[in-house]
Amino acid sequence: MNKTTNELSADSFASEQIIKIKPVNNWFDFSLRDLWAYRELLYFLALRDIQIRYKQTALGAAWTLLQPLLTMAVFTVLFGKLAGIKTDDIPYPLFAFSGLVLWTFINTTINNSSNSLVNNSNLITKIFFPRLLIPVSAVIAGLVDLCLSLFVLIGIMIFYAQGFHLSMLFAPLFLLMTVLLAIGVGSFLSSLNVRFRDVKMLLPFGLQLWMFVSPVFYPLSLFPEKWRWVVSLNPLTGILEGFRASLFGKPFDVFAVATSIVLTISLLFIGAVVFKKMENDFADYL
Amino acid sequence: MSNIITVENISKSYRLGAKQQNTTLRDSIISTLKSPFAKSNKDDDSILWALKEINFEIKRGETVGIIGHNGAGKSTLLKILSRITKPTKGEALLKGRVGSLLEVGTGFHAELTGRENIFLNGAILGMRREEILKKFDEIVAFAEVEKFLDTPVKFYSSGMYMRLAFAVAAHLEPEILIVDEVLAVGDITFQRKCLNKMKDVGEHGRTVLFVSHNMQAVARLCTRGILLREGQISADGTMNNVINAYLKSDSGTAALREWKDEKTAPGNAIARLVRTRVCDDEGNTKETIDIRKQIVVEMTYDVLASDKVLVPNFHFYNEDGTCVFISHNMEKEWRYTPRPVGRYISKLFVPGNFLAEGRFLITVALSTYLPLEVHFVDRDSVSFTVIDNLDGDTARGDYAGHLPGIVRPLLEWETEREDI
Repeated sequence: MNKTTNELSADSFASEQIIKIKPVNNWFDFSLRDLWAYRELLYFLALRDIQIRYKQTALGAAWTLLQPLLTMAVFTVLFGKLAGIKTDDIPYPLFAFSGLVLWTFINTTINNSSNSLVNNSNLITKIFFPRLLIPVSAVIAGLVDLCLSLFVLIGIMIFYAQGFHLSMLFAPLFLLMTVLLAIGVGSFLSSLNVRFRDVKMLLPFGLQLWMFVSPVFYPLSLFPEKWRWVVSLNPLTGILEGFRASLFGKPFDVFAVATSIVLTISLLFIGAVVFKKMENDFADYL
Repeated sequence: MSNIITVENISKSYRLGAKQQNTTLRDSIISTLKSPFAKSNKDDDSILWALKEINFEIKRGETVGIIGHNGAGKSTLLKILSRITKPTKGEALLKGRVGSLLEVGTGFHAELTGRENIFLNGAILGMRREEILKKFDEIVAFAEVEKFLDTPVKFYSSGMYMRLAFAVAAHLEPEILIVDEVLAVGDITFQRKCLNKMKDVGEHGRTVLFVSHNMQAVARLCTRGILLREGQISADGTMNNVINAYLKSDSGTAALREWKDEKTAPGNAIARLVRTRVCDDEGNTKETIDIRKQIVVEMTYDVLASDKVLVPNFHFYNEDGTCVFISHNMEKEWRYTPRPVGRYISKLFVPGNFLAEGRFLITVALSTYLPLEVHFVDRDSVSFTVIDNLDGDTARGDYAGHLPGIVRPLLEWETEREDI
């Protein structure tokens, strides 16, 4: 009995808003209206994250591109040349970078958003606003980096003389799924992190592990056919495979993509519910 | 006029040590394994009721001061009304836009410029972009930071920082303004400016809820007062009556405060406060003291563990909330010697002809230094009034009008005459 809902007046014609504060025990008292009312704050919080990210670094925003590019170089030498991973006729650097664009986004935003509530404890204990904005804004802030690296990806594709495919129209769908996946996992972990700071400790290890089990630097076809479904239970598998299939005009692995869509939406939902459930005590634990 | 705030039976409980409890997954798993049904026995001693069945109504345009000693539940109440934390029981209804200012400069980021921070902070406080744009020049003018708008605020002086932060909040224009002890910082001019701005807000028909230890500010700003004690409302009425009730304790006088119940007494495992008292030379508890007479301030405390060097200290504040002085116990005997377990009475002697006329509030504390550790602090524990009977033998001389100043020592003068 320690839950409270904050309802805005249902009558949108009322000149004044009525705020009701009461303990409620709802599983899902989700106020999209509240979120919408504070949309500008989402923008300003994301803007703040972007503005301060590269302050006092000599290279500034160039780091956004250097990180995946350097990783691409390392992967190309290690996995492309030495291990000789087969990538279905796609030049290995391009193959690696197309995966890294999404992975870097997932890695950075989940990392940032998982720690976002703890890092913004001064806000949470002093002022009211929909708490979900904090982890979501951490993901939104990563969109700028994602866009920049997409331009580099296009550059690399032109360099390797990749043709245009109609399937490229599907690419935005996989980008959207990547963002939704980051929001779902990020908001779930951020709320858990308020109570259990272990999350912070476990996170770097967990993310590294996640990268290795996802087809970032190898294709799903590396696995024997009968085991691919297991790898596809990772929502990132369908996203990465689908993104590449749409970019390079290859056939979609329908099972992997479908599983991925279902899992991403479920994770988003679970993330939001868990967040709402834990949100009530944030101010008391921070 | 209708009520703008209605609070019904609001209660809030905390589990003692909630901050330490199960903060790691391992602890959580272990405690769940050890006692899987632990959640069912919630009614044990580890629950602290920060607020117990609070009821009140506030009408549109009222300015209400909420006062009380530390731990009385003031901040918890404000946090519930500002929707930062949720009540355990009860309901509250607020009609209108709420602006809460529990801290000046919430969300300011040191790396961002003044301009960037105005927009960010405004958005955090719930202002729309157009609204901020409309008031931008006003905010900058109020804060007097025109020249430094594009400088990161980390290069601001603390005064500029405070001015800018308050300026943003002051231009929020909510129907209900909730303000916690934000005036404890900043210089006098700034404080005055803030208070005037808040008075403005109140006069424009807005409702203000104000928490402060600055009695004069509360008295000047608020028409109505609510006194909280141990999580309950113990007085509700005109501000002056409520201030008097606050300064008077159970004992019926503001000059004596006593804790009969060990549980509620300020203290920790090392020491516990028993009684604080203001008295005259002869040991009689006195609320009003002649300016010429010595004032004795006394704290009685139990030392429960004998391994620490303990330093009693008194902090004297005047009614404006200005600290007049702080005095540490420097007796040779105890200065570097841990005190054995027992009951102690430490007395401080304030000479006559030293403090000016007026009311003084005393904060009582017991600390250990090197390293710093505070065993108890009781804010505004006792108070007394210094009066001058106008007998002509004080620093006042024969002047009977208003005489400003915090102290009024009777000092020695020397005048030489030369022929011209």
